[in-house]
Amino acid sequence: MLSYVIRRVLLMIPTLFFVAFITFVLAHSAPGSPFDKNQNRPLPEATIERLNRLYGIDQPIQNQFVLYLNNLVHLDLGSSLVKDRTVADIIGSEFPVSAQLGLQALFIALAIALPLGIVSALKQNTGIDYASLLFATIGTTIPAFVIAIFAIFLFGVNLRWFPFIGWGNGCGPLPSCDLKRMAMPTVILSLGAMAFLTRITRASMLEAIRQDYVRTARSKGLREQVVIVGHVVKNAMIPVATIIGPATAGLITGSFIIEWMFNVPGLGREFVLSINRRDYPLIMGVYMLYATLIVIANLTVDIVYGWIDPRIKLGR
Amino acid sequence: MATITRPLAGQERAAELNVLVRKQRSLWQDAMYRLVRNKAAMVGLGVIILAGLMAIFAPFIAPYSPTAIPNAANPTINADPFWTGTKYVDPRYLFGTDEIGRDILTRLIYSARVSMIIGFVPVALIFLIGVSVGMVAGYAGGWTDQLLMRITDVVYAFPDLLFLLIIMATLRGTDIGKFGGGLPLMFVGIAIVNWVGMARLLRGQVLSLKEKEFVEAARCVGATPIRILVRHLFPNAIAPAIVAVSFAIPSAMLTEATLSFLGIGVIPPTPTWGVMINDGFVVFSTSPWPVLLPAFCIAIVMLSFTFLGDGLRDALDPRMKI
Repeated sequence: MLSYVIRRVLLMIPTLFFVAFITFVLAHSAPGSPFDKNQNRPLPEATIERLNRLYGIDQPIQNQFVLYLNNLVHLDLGSSLVKDRTVADIIGSEFPVSAQLGLQALFIALAIALPLGIVSALKQNTGIDYASLLFATIGTTIPAFVIAIFAIFLFGVNLRWFPFIGWGNGCGPLPSCDLKRMAMPTVILSLGAMAFLTRITRASMLEAIRQDYVRTARSKGLREQVVIVGHVVKNAMIPVATIIGPATAGLITGSFIIEWMFNVPGLGREFVLSINRRDYPLIMGVYMLYATLIVIANLTVDIVYGWIDPRIKLGR
Repeated sequence: MATITRPLAGQERAAELNVLVRKQRSLWQDAMYRLVRNKAAMVGLGVIILAGLMAIFAPFIAPYSPTAIPNAANPTINADPFWTGTKYVDPRYLFGTDEIGRDILTRLIYSARVSMIIGFVPVALIFLIGVSVGMVAGYAGGWTDQLLMRITDVVYAFPDLLFLLIIMATLRGTDIGKFGGGLPLMFVGIAIVNWVGMARLLRGQVLSLKEKEFVEAARCVGATPIRILVRHLFPNAIAPAIVAVSFAIPSAMLTEATLSFLGIGVIPPTPTWGVMINDGFVVFSTSPWPVLLPAFCIAIVMLSFTFLGDGLRDALDPRMKI
């Protein structure tokens, strides 16, 4: 187990190196230099030369890559080309909002998907099962931004139940937050993961219910509750746990779109804006952060998977 | 005196023996039969065919030009669709006009073109690369297989939408990105992030199939590896790949819609549903229809593909789950 964990953690290094390499190559192939923004008032040659020397752009490209890696390791992500702040500073102030949005969405998704999937498997082929299957199909099929459009139109514009712009600034603990304002972005972000988790939970429960050990548990006279909770649900949760990794990745990429649509002042919105402004250092910095987060999430899930299911032989 | 009778075909022999036999069906006919009986899948297929026809015959059915503003000297801006019945309805534009006066119905119809192209070209690439690499790796084993698995590990670690975002964001301004309205770059991007899934699927299939007796038999009678791969393994391994394709198509379309919606996909004024939503979203709360209609189109097409994909999966491999 320990050697497996160590090997997987070490395997992260080439992956992240590759991510950094691709990011670097792509950023280099982007057109223009950071210092030729204003065509009407070109900078003097000497100034450009000094700026290039200051930022190391006059160096050969392999040296630049080494410099970039060195800076990355020291968490120096450079400065935004548009805002007068460093990338690390922007991430520091805006990531908490995104993290809150994402965690709330993950929590809501789990809180609804798990019971719904379990109940619909226990009551297979009844009304509630069909309803939850319909929900799961629609939720996994229709993209979040399309659902958001319908939701804004219905609940925001027509019924005026929820405000649909912003996040309500500077709230500390949850009860002091503007919950009404947070409702739509959070719930819509959670829908995709929720539908997917419902589907997986249901399928996994149906698989577990038909296992021999469940029949054994029944035949030795255990109460139905004990059979369901202790044997079926416990085993059915194993595949579900592995989905939380991809679901987290989905929440992260989903948050760009949702934050941008609802004007939530988080890192996802900043990322979309920086793409449209071609603020490359910010794009690269946020990309590296999110790629690292997703790699770590997947790694954690793989390790937890081996830990909760002893039948899985890790690191053969 | 013995008479020589010719061997009887199934039906006749059944008549002779006075029993009923079912008409023999191949695996594919069987799958077809199950698919046709699946109502949701058939409705989905119908919608997809309709959208396909719409895409092909767009110039003949669309009333206006998709990019030019009709009556540009005095354009009708933000006309409402006819069913709203407001005073902003203009009978010349059934589905209304957008914020600079272009006909929405026309743009919706032409958008189907981009969606269909994005659905089929990159997925064809994914299928070709994924199937050939996956099958060769699975059959050859050894270092070919090892190399493939290491590459797929790394590509798998990339979150696909994030990777496409970064490709589009950085290369969009270059000549490669501007070529063909941004479509070829998107084809390649989508293919790069998705072929590994297909390759892994086929590799797994071939790994389990190549130990089966029919492959051994083929090898015994001296079939070449190429022949075994193409004639024996391919037809047996292909069913899950077809299911995967039926899900890859809508996912490619969705990628285009998402990127265009974020303003880094197809380059305007080429209409796509994503571009239309992006164009109209700023004034969404006052004039919702230019955004609602393309959103509705995306939802319908996505659902149709899911129904068809689910139907195909049930028809081709009833044992497959989820």
